[in-house]
Amino acid sequence: MGYMAKFRLWRGDHGTGSLVDYDVEVNDGEVVLDVLHRLQATQANDLAIRWNCKAGKCGSCSAEVNGRPRLMCLTRMNTFEETEVVTVTPLRAFPVIRDLVTDVSFNYEKAREVPAFQPPKGLQPGEYRMQQIDVERSQEFRKCIECFLCQNTCHAVRDHSENKKYFAGPRVLMRVAELDMHPLDTLDRQKLAQEELGLGYCNITKCCTEVCPEHIHITDNALIPLKERVADRKYDPIRWLGSKIRVRSDND
Amino acid sequence: MSDMERYSFDVVVVGAGGAGLRAAIAAREAGKSVAILSKSLFGKAHTVMAEGGIAASMANVNPNDGWKVHFGDTMRGGKFLNHYRMAELHAKEAPDRVWELESWGALFDRTKEGKISQRNFGGHEYPRLAHVGDRTGLEMIRTLQQRIVALQQEDKKLHGDYEARVKVFAECSATDLFTTGEGEDRRVSGVLAYWRPSGNFVLFQAKAVVLATGGIGKSFKVTSNSWEYTGDGHAMAMMAGGACINMEFVQFHPTGMVAPPSVRGLLVTESVRGDGGVLTNSEGRRFMFDYIPEVFKDKYATTEEEADRWYTDPDNNKRPPELLPRDEVARAINSEVKAGRGSPHGGVFLDVSKRLPADVIKAKLPSMWHQFKELADVDITQEAMEVGPTCHYVMGGVEVDPDSQAVVGARGLFAAGEVGGGLHGSNRLGGNSLSDLLVFGKRAGDSAADYVSTASDVSLDEAEVNAAIATALEPFTRTTGENPYEIQAELQQTMNDLVGIIRTQHEIEQALKVIDDLKLRTKEIAVVGGREYNPGWHLSLDLPKQLLVSEAMARSALTRQESRGGHTREDYPQMSPQWRQVILASRIVGDVIEVQQQSLPLVPAELAVVFDAKELSKYMTEEELQLLGKGQA
Repeated sequence: MGYMAKFRLWRGDHGTGSLVDYDVEVNDGEVVLDVLHRLQATQANDLAIRWNCKAGKCGSCSAEVNGRPRLMCLTRMNTFEETEVVTVTPLRAFPVIRDLVTDVSFNYEKAREVPAFQPPKGLQPGEYRMQQIDVERSQEFRKCIECFLCQNTCHAVRDHSENKKYFAGPRVLMRVAELDMHPLDTLDRQKLAQEELGLGYCNITKCCTEVCPEHIHITDNALIPLKERVADRKYDPIRWLGSKIRVRSDND
Repeated sequence: MSDMERYSFDVVVVGAGGAGLRAAIAAREAGKSVAILSKSLFGKAHTVMAEGGIAASMANVNPNDGWKVHFGDTMRGGKFLNHYRMAELHAKEAPDRVWELESWGALFDRTKEGKISQRNFGGHEYPRLAHVGDRTGLEMIRTLQQRIVALQQEDKKLHGDYEARVKVFAECSATDLFTTGEGEDRRVSGVLAYWRPSGNFVLFQAKAVVLATGGIGKSFKVTSNSWEYTGDGHAMAMMAGGACINMEFVQFHPTGMVAPPSVRGLLVTESVRGDGGVLTNSEGRRFMFDYIPEVFKDKYATTEEEADRWYTDPDNNKRPPELLPRDEVARAINSEVKAGRGSPHGGVFLDVSKRLPADVIKAKLPSMWHQFKELADVDITQEAMEVGPTCHYVMGGVEVDPDSQAVVGARGLFAAGEVGGGLHGSNRLGGNSLSDLLVFGKRAGDSAADYVSTASDVSLDEAEVNAAIATALEPFTRTTGENPYEIQAELQQTMNDLVGIIRTQHEIEQALKVIDDLKLRTKEIAVVGGREYNPGWHLSLDLPKQLLVSEAMARSALTRQESRGGHTREDYPQMSPQWRQVILASRIVGDVIEVQQQSLPLVPAELAVVFDAKELSKYMTEEELQLLGKGQA
């Protein structure tokens, strides 16, 4: 049934820190977060962990387990050998607050730069009509639980924090795609995606898709179609001409 | 504390779930400045856990639905202990609140005509729950979050600052609610909070405070609730002079996961049953047919054949008893397990695999499929789930004016959502929570804005603020002492064992003794480490509030000598028409909770027309029936 596992946790704050070893009991069916809670209750009362639902629904307990970005509540202990050291470190792309908790405010600031849903003028609440097949594309992206694992993993920022200024990351660009595919949205955000949010930084290596706990096809269904739409716009000679002689509106 | 951050807002909303965000939107749209305090990151509140849907009688799927039917179902579900006015407002306004979400970008599942699809749920006469698969709560919180962002974008255009009128304080927990004046003049003046990341205090001066702090589920060991659910708002309202009503009524959701042990309590959505899933015991029997109570005899199918026909022909058949209100199903499961007919891990079986094709299950219940696959190695398209009751929701809450959500006994204070009391009576129907958050969140925000417009300025008492800070920091002054995690675990075990689904006088009295002891031990907590993101310290600040609300639950449970909804007394198993007229109100008197009896207003005759005399006679006294013109002729 239970066994003693070896855990190695990053402990410290934004200034300094180090990996600390712990021996801790593990029981049948547990996930990494259960084990850290046991550590917290028995050996390290002040261990900083961010978590909420413990059910893979809120996206709070993101960290790196043996170097891989994961939700701790969905990382089952039976995926490790009993003798294996389980190393848990904070998300690498964001500044550490304490222990396993990072400052993810970057993601909220970038999200604020995407103009909100804009319905057709005059359409009253209750009058909205959309077909299931038409809402499904955006619904896939709205499954996002904002765990920011994709934001943490995308190599455009993971190894180049200087890019953060110019690149909003997969989560935020997927939000643009979501609104772009919303059957009733009236606003064009394609230029914004390219020029302000750094869509061009994405070179579709699909790292974001791989780590997504909701299994959203971020690259294939959101980012590539968005890139295609932007490219059509940019390189379509008639649209280009149209934009030069200003027959299209300014916000286009 | 001169280095403390200080703010002044018109309205401070404590809590950033569905009710808090909807209140903040309303207050901001009314032109007020609003602070939103969130214990977690923005958009992580417990609302994300809601799965099934939002109840609103839009009549998109069955044209016979309407607000009166919804009102009737809500009262019935609550065993007529609901405040009728709240149930009325809720039923009337829910459709508008759902449609409004759509205008803010929510994408619900659709009907063939392109309208919002609605699904069946326990206790609801018609398909009524607007939903997005089984992740409706996520859709709702994200939509409200994005609406807040949209308002901030407007403010940025107008004032050059996103946070000119709405500021979200994420990971910022409220510790104290301040009031000024005495007696009738007592009114809210502000809130003390601390940043969880830094441990620094933040002081808010505000004329109006909206409590939207959710529930109390972390007082129980087996629960579907997250760490945040420590009854902060319930406790703060009582400390500010208000009362909590109906605290004996705790909803144990019938279907929580039971295995593996680490996920015990995790919610399995009622949609599984709404979409065709059935409950069976170890003998393979659909046992719910054995548990249809007298008051619901006319409304539920008595044979499996009829129950199965209902899914395709609801107009000519009665609904399956798996869709009885949650309190009935939870007690039935409890009885089956006690009778030795449970599943291997101490639950019963919930099976949808033999009822629907695999692809339909995955489309309708995607989160459940993932949840069981990833956490229990169970493929719900192939085999049955094991489920059992889990603490899910508290019907009890702060006593409010039903129209304005103003807390009775504390001016300038409002409460909405799970922390508010009255709407659900003794038992909440599934789907009525999300609609509650929206309807009464908006009402609380509107009322807070109105109040601010006419109320005179307030000031904070510095000495009181400094004393509150000193109390909060006290656990750091001890080098040895109690471990807050141990105290919480003892409380959870005690409430689970002694104030759980089935209660007796003796056990509740035992629980109260433990609570008294834990209260003393909480004063001896020693915290290790510093103030930066220290969960041990945070827990030590939550515990006194948790103990206070647990005491309110236990004392109310001890007082009510009948069984009704989310309160089952083994020693008083009957439902009593006399007790139906009584509401129990918990108030702080000195250092303890005192429970007082108040009378519940009678449903007015114009609303009572929804029910026939025969049904009302199961709940009401002859005298009440006479008053409503429904007496024996």
